[in-house]
Amino acid sequence: MHALLRLGDDALVLAQRLGEWCGHAPALEEDIALTNIALDLIGQTQSYLSLAGSLDPDAPKTDDELAFLRSENEFKNLLLVEQTNGHFGDTIARQFLFDQYALLRAKHVAQQTYDLDAAAIATKAVKEIRYHAAHSSKWIIRLGDGTSESHSRIQKSINDLWAYTGEMFTADDVDIAGSIAGLLPDLSALKTQWDIEIDSVLAEAKLVRPQDGAMKTGGRMGIHTEALGTMLAEMQILPRTHPGASW
Amino acid sequence: MIETQEHLRKEFDAYVAADKKIEPKDWMPDAYRKTLIRQISQHAHSEIVGMLPEGKWITRAPSLQRKAILLAKVQDEAGHGLYLYSAAETLGVDRADLVADLLSGKAKYSSIFNYPSLTWADIGAIGWLVDGAAIMNQVPLCRCSYGPYARAMTRVCKEESFHQRQGYSIMMQLMKGTDAQKEMAQDALNRWWWPALMMFGPSDSESMHSSQNMKWNIKRFSNDELRQRMVDMTVPQAECIGLKMPDPDLKWNEDKGGHDFGEIDWTEFYDVIAGNGICNKERLEDRNKAHDDGEWVRDAAVAYSEKRNANT
Repeated sequence: MHALLRLGDDALVLAQRLGEWCGHAPALEEDIALTNIALDLIGQTQSYLSLAGSLDPDAPKTDDELAFLRSENEFKNLLLVEQTNGHFGDTIARQFLFDQYALLRAKHVAQQTYDLDAAAIATKAVKEIRYHAAHSSKWIIRLGDGTSESHSRIQKSINDLWAYTGEMFTADDVDIAGSIAGLLPDLSALKTQWDIEIDSVLAEAKLVRPQDGAMKTGGRMGIHTEALGTMLAEMQILPRTHPGASW
Repeated sequence: MIETQEHLRKEFDAYVAADKKIEPKDWMPDAYRKTLIRQISQHAHSEIVGMLPEGKWITRAPSLQRKAILLAKVQDEAGHGLYLYSAAETLGVDRADLVADLLSGKAKYSSIFNYPSLTWADIGAIGWLVDGAAIMNQVPLCRCSYGPYARAMTRVCKEESFHQRQGYSIMMQLMKGTDAQKEMAQDALNRWWWPALMMFGPSDSESMHSSQNMKWNIKRFSNDELRQRMVDMTVPQAECIGLKMPDPDLKWNEDKGGHDFGEIDWTEFYDVIAGNGICNKERLEDRNKAHDDGEWVRDAAVAYSEKRNANT
């Protein structure tokens, strides 16, 4: 259940952030792209959280109960995806760093046979994330190799978010158990592939890969940055205000 | 020369009268071109500004399913804006110039989006009533004499009918719910009903663009005809889910086979058009901010693409 919650929460929290962009993107085409990505991620959320909620037969929970009635410390998403949108470059950098990881992870989940329901969800997700990763990579390259202003802005975005990338590859008990069972990928192997993808795009974008420094972690244990609490307050307001109501 | 113009004009009139489609390369009177540019770009602007009041509720949608539906709907609207701007461009204008006119306040967009979306039920009311009124206005445009506009509208209308149904579904669900949810739904209907009726424009006796547009097969029905249809369609839908129409003068008129209804507050109508609606200022500021904040991104995309072209 914890492994599925992580997959679902990463998707939900990032979708919520992307939803904040609606109507405010730099171009109409990007309004369409960002809402489309958010829509894919909500679909993944529904599937992963429904599956996660069904695993405990004594206390089954719906996807909505998990999304709207859990508290901040019960969310298991990466700190990276809860970071505020900032400017378009910040949003693209966050998306790029996550998409490359999410794609590799989804490919693994799609191929494993330990949990066939999760594999089915991930098979669909892989097709979607491929587009997300292509979209964010292309923007990293355009911004990195665009104007001098865009170059310095996107470099700073990547530098600022870099401290949140270590968490993706820090294996805890859930990751180790998941990896032994087969459901989750071996994170050190994943990191090697992620490095190759990231380095190749950054090189084409004429950007510098930041040095690995102190990494911020805690999301997987439910210890988040301040950004998550306000996001959830907004997201959960209706179900929390009207307990038991259907919408 | 004058004779040639006169000849072309007669041919055009006959062509339109025969209900045939005018295409971008065909000759057309300047006034026809101008009125289409005005109408299509206003429509495109309305789609774009219309994303704002609904977009505000994406983050607060009360279930994952509703969030997904609302995201899809707002995304459709951006898409409508995109192909309407493209349809306008076939008339020889540039999207960037049209957008500049929106941002400067020179171009108009539908006044309905200058009303605030205050509760979740407003998302229901906007879909049901605002998109409902839009469809009523737009279905006849699928047969409009200008080909690219007619084709764009065919796509727009298909999607709008989903939007209307999702709005009604929100209202239906609320009316099955708790007392607080029912109140929310009724309150939204009370606030959106009259502005939705105003979407059909001034009454026929006051309408500036109507008669020529009817002759050119851009417009097929009068404002008042369409407004009557909207009332007659909505009243039974409201009754069916237990909502009360906010119009004490509303009653069935057997003789005309339709409803009589109260007088629209035309002072409010002209006031909002003049820029004094609750959200006029906020909507334009939002659009301008998005445009200004995005400038460095658009510049980067252009610079990158120029570099690529120079290298090939």
